[in-house]
Amino acid sequence: MSVLVDESTRLCVAGITGREGSFHTLNNRRYGTNVVGGVTPGKGGQDVEGIPVFDSWADAMAEAQPNTAMIFVPPRFAADAILEAATAGVALVIAITEGIPAHDELRVYNTLKRDHPGTRLIGPNCPGILSPGKTNVGIIPASFFEQGNVGVVSRSGTLTYQIGNEIARAGFGCSSIVGIGGDPVPGSSFVDVLELFEADDDTELVVLSGEIGGSAEEEAAEYIAENMSKPVVAYIAGFTAPAGKQMGHAGAIVSGSSGTAAAKAQALEAKGVRVGRTPTEAAAIAVEVLGGASVGA
Amino acid sequence: MDLLEYQGKQLFARHGLKVSSGKAVTTVEDALVAADEVGYPVVVKAQVLIGGRGKAGGVKLAANESEAREHAANILGMDIKGHTVRTVWIEHASDIASEYYASVLLDRSAKQPLVIFSVEGGVDIEEVAERTPEKLIRHHVDSLAGLSHAEGAQIAREGGADADIVDGVADALVALYEVWLEEDATLAEINPLIVTPEREVKALDSKVSLDGNALYRHPENQGLSDKENEDPLERRAKEEGLQFVKLDGDIGILGNGAGLVMSTLDVVAGAGGSPANFLDAGGGSNAETIKQAVDLILANEAVRAVLVNIFAGITRCDEVALGLIAAFGEIKPSVPFVVRLDGTNDVEGRRLLSEAALPNVHSAKTMNEAAEMVVALAAGRPVGAAA
Repeated sequence: MSVLVDESTRLCVAGITGREGSFHTLNNRRYGTNVVGGVTPGKGGQDVEGIPVFDSWADAMAEAQPNTAMIFVPPRFAADAILEAATAGVALVIAITEGIPAHDELRVYNTLKRDHPGTRLIGPNCPGILSPGKTNVGIIPASFFEQGNVGVVSRSGTLTYQIGNEIARAGFGCSSIVGIGGDPVPGSSFVDVLELFEADDDTELVVLSGEIGGSAEEEAAEYIAENMSKPVVAYIAGFTAPAGKQMGHAGAIVSGSSGTAAAKAQALEAKGVRVGRTPTEAAAIAVEVLGGASVGA
Repeated sequence: MDLLEYQGKQLFARHGLKVSSGKAVTTVEDALVAADEVGYPVVVKAQVLIGGRGKAGGVKLAANESEAREHAANILGMDIKGHTVRTVWIEHASDIASEYYASVLLDRSAKQPLVIFSVEGGVDIEEVAERTPEKLIRHHVDSLAGLSHAEGAQIAREGGADADIVDGVADALVALYEVWLEEDATLAEINPLIVTPEREVKALDSKVSLDGNALYRHPENQGLSDKENEDPLERRAKEEGLQFVKLDGDIGILGNGAGLVMSTLDVVAGAGGSPANFLDAGGGSNAETIKQAVDLILANEAVRAVLVNIFAGITRCDEVALGLIAAFGEIKPSVPFVVRLDGTNDVEGRRLLSEAALPNVHSAKTMNEAAEMVVALAAGRPVGAAA
């Protein structure tokens, strides 16, 4: 098993005819992902290397029955694309798009909760989800990961590659790598994904990679203490980030005294979660807990 | 994007919030003209994006022209915690019966807008939250429904606003919510929200942050913020589309992906170094982006060594290497570089770099090794000793 995406995934892509959209869709298909269609208004009837393009999510649903949507459209169209996919009945929407206005994200989050409780949103501003050996939806470079029993959930893309790669070099693999994104209002939180990993038979340990801003890591700490039987190892980025400065991700900003890396690490450690001070150390702790030889920290 | 007080007040006025009439000026002469227009007594207020203006002497009451002249002359050009005052806001002084507090912000945890109201305004609201939390009303709004007048009145009553101005406070809260919603703000705050002896409810100050990602639908807001006090390097980065934050140290940092760059800053600090900047060249950055990034980092004269830390996913290491080679061809840096390339096309990238044999460029295998090397180089130590 794995979480969210696997051999049963039927993927349809909003923005498949764009440069980035087509490149990554074809990359995903090469990996083995079952891509059943794409949506670009006005381009219905065309195809992208054999993948049929539909005018709307309703058409895509009627013709190709996707269960997973990937959103690759520009920020100003992304909110509507997510809601259209949900309205058509797609159960999992993975939004890669970066730069969506926070108010749009708020509207999407609350509309999904009220009108489409059956749809789960991952992202936006995320690298997607990879279940090694099975399916890849998004932009995660699959070659850095091996198949295995470590679940990874992260707010950052490249940091995930760094940690996942160190785990792979130590001879371990991952069940699924889930990027939840670096925006202020993500569709799914650490807690949502931890719950999935806890229930997944193939996952023995979870690596959580967080960063400054918000309180998602603190909420994860509470959840872990009360609900997780599996070990969780964490890494937090941004110890040296000054308050009030946005560090790249729209969600990565320390406001006042809340959202600091030190507070997050402390909250996790207070609940018994081991926190690596560097990505290398976090990977080493994970490997040690799994019973492997500890790599140099 | 944070707005200056007067810019926020102009947004407030546009949405029907009462503010005192005033004028933003940049010279003493214009300040006197403005004071005549709005009528004495006036308040002369420094316009900078930093708290503690009052304590620093940046907010003064003037009863007549000679006082206005003195205060404007003192405040214009004043340095408040590193921010030079270039603009003062002149407004008619208000009589104050009570000082309240009101704000609307995005509560990331609840994933809803949060209205905060207190009758204990005019002071640091975090102090109120700590000392008398019962005097702070926190009310989540259903973002799909919006804030109704009745809800606003209920917040005002719960907070203990005087009965005769509950309606006035509710109007102000609804207008503030409208500012937050329609201007794509992440924070809209009034401290203090005053009640005058004539029982008028007015915003005496403003703190507004707008969402940069939503500026495309607010062309009228694009020229706002404190342009003059912006760091020139940060302004240039913005124009070039690079995610750059200037820091106080001497080690330039270039990486890809916000998380990895934040992590690189931490690892460098952990190795005893002090980063000079945060620079995320972004996913899929090409040779040209890398060249611009190197140029920007070296424009900071404090930089004594540079660390390039790339874990390439959609970025390609060979592109990064070509960018570095091009940058060295044009800029000829005088400081040492440490380069760590990992991920997509890393072998090719490292080969290109080693063949180019760039002067004073050191290659590192891991992030930790790279950090130790760059810290040694910045301190003038030979590499190898620390690694």
